Amino acid sequence: MAEQEQQRPARRESDPAEPVDAGAPQATGQGKDRLKAELDDLLDEIDEVLESNAEEFVKNYIQKGGE
Amino acid sequence: MPVPKILGIETEYGIVHRGVDDSNPISASSLLINAYLGTQSEPGAGPGSPRVGWDFIDETPQNDVRGFSHIGGMAPEVETHLVNAVLTNGARYYVDHAHPELSTPECADAMSVLRHDRAAEQIVVESMTAANQVLPDGEELVIYKNNSDGKGNSYGCHENYLMDRTTPFARIVQHATTHFVTRQVFTGAGKVGCEAPWIPTGAVPFQLTQRADFFEEEVGLETTLKRPIINTRDEPHADPALYRRLHVIVGDANLCEVATFLKLGTTAIVLAMVEADFLDPSLLIADPVRSLQAVSWDTGLKQPLMLGDGRTATAVDLQWEFLDQAQKYVLEHGTDLIGGSVADDVLTRWEGVLASLETDPSDLVGVVDWITKRHLLDGLRERHKLEPGDARLAALDLQYHDLRPERSLFARVGAETLVDLGAVTVAMEQPPEDTRAYFRGRCLQRWPDEIVAANWDSMVFDLGDNTLRRIPMMEPIRGTRDHVGTLLDECRTVPELLSRLSA
Repeated sequence: MAEQEQQRPARRESDPAEPVDAGAPQATGQGKDRLKAELDDLLDEIDEVLESNAEEFVKNYIQKGGE
Repeated sequence: MPVPKILGIETEYGIVHRGVDDSNPISASSLLINAYLGTQSEPGAGPGSPRVGWDFIDETPQNDVRGFSHIGGMAPEVETHLVNAVLTNGARYYVDHAHPELSTPECADAMSVLRHDRAAEQIVVESMTAANQVLPDGEELVIYKNNSDGKGNSYGCHENYLMDRTTPFARIVQHATTHFVTRQVFTGAGKVGCEAPWIPTGAVPFQLTQRADFFEEEVGLETTLKRPIINTRDEPHADPALYRRLHVIVGDANLCEVATFLKLGTTAIVLAMVEADFLDPSLLIADPVRSLQAVSWDTGLKQPLMLGDGRTATAVDLQWEFLDQAQKYVLEHGTDLIGGSVADDVLTRWEGVLASLETDPSDLVGVVDWITKRHLLDGLRERHKLEPGDARLAALDLQYHDLRPERSLFARVGAETLVDLGAVTVAMEQPPEDTRAYFRGRCLQRWPDEIVAANWDSMVFDLGDNTLRRIPMMEPIRGTRDHVGTLLDECRTVPELLSRLSA
């Protein structure tokens, strides 16, 4: 359609008088470093517990449809 | 007229019987549940009688809200010979098709549902432990809280919401559809690959949800074929003159507590706004089924969706719109019918999650499942220089949902929690106090031997001398602790209870 212009519903953050809630998670450089350090530890654990024969494991995971 | 948003969630779990060549998922599911029931106290041996059977008398899954009944048109929904138990917390634990399924009791707010969903997980974990103790060496049951096997087979995680019977169904369809298409940005559990048959292998390496690939219709009665975004099953499990139950089949099973909380909490508020006719009628997605998939397949969250009036908006845009309306709704109408102060918490977290989705989704690791899973996948891919399509990525996807504590990848993430473990343990045995589940659960604790059967809207008591009495419970907000707590404490016998109830 010709009239697909970017006329979007109003967004909360477009109103500078209403800051994002202070309790919301905030991106910080420190947080990112921590996340990266934690990811390294996490990946060590994942390497330990991840199914050793990934291909067989994935192939054999077969379910019947439900609901 | 808005009615209290009584709500609950029912989850079908994936099940694997390891160590046998020809496993049968139905018998494996029965074994799992029976093993758990066997760990509970015997009927008559004090609190806790999980052996009371389900009563099917009022089940009418073939009734359609559009006013017709599919006589013989559907496979029997329930297989009555399979294990089917009512727990003392008011939940139902049973074999559905080829999966173990646990339906939470009716709850009055999203936090209560979350507590009972987490309790359900713990019940399943205890069930695995109990089953594996009786299985021969080398055999093991493993349970996954996911919704797809990656090969085109899906099983559900359904939500239920009590709604006003007089609300026009078409209005529910319109707004609920828009919400279901767009809430995927925080409810998706994440999936490696795509199971829509017409999508070439590798074209969608990772998507937001487990379920979107399986939906083909906008509105319909089916749950296993041609799945519809809006399910029309008209089985209120309550007074049908006053209520309907919106049976939502389009969601994923979540492991992140915040995701479960927001899935239930935001939907309850949206449905209350529908009842109050509070929402902007122009919020209408032009092609819901394709949009459901387009949103799920777009991890960049930029996919424009065509609206009914020719405008376009992203899923996140539309969620901002719902949030904006919800904040206004709460100012005008309060939170009495949508969970009280829990609704305020829903609004705060909803806003925080939308803000992060726009600024930096990686802030939602441990908050939103698809972002958490993607974080792990990206890490594994980089560390081992994996090619797309490497089986280790699909294995990580599956094992994210493994409920064995020693194998679960999700459990290692350190996700944000909203309920503490003590409260979860209590909810494994105790019903919510603010719905009729309280009456069901407490009666099962007090008089397990005298209850012949139970279901959502009635219980059958055995008075001895071959007399059975059915107690209808057609009002989900009656039978609460405030309503019957003292009565249940004071009555010593079932005849006394029944005589005081009818007085």
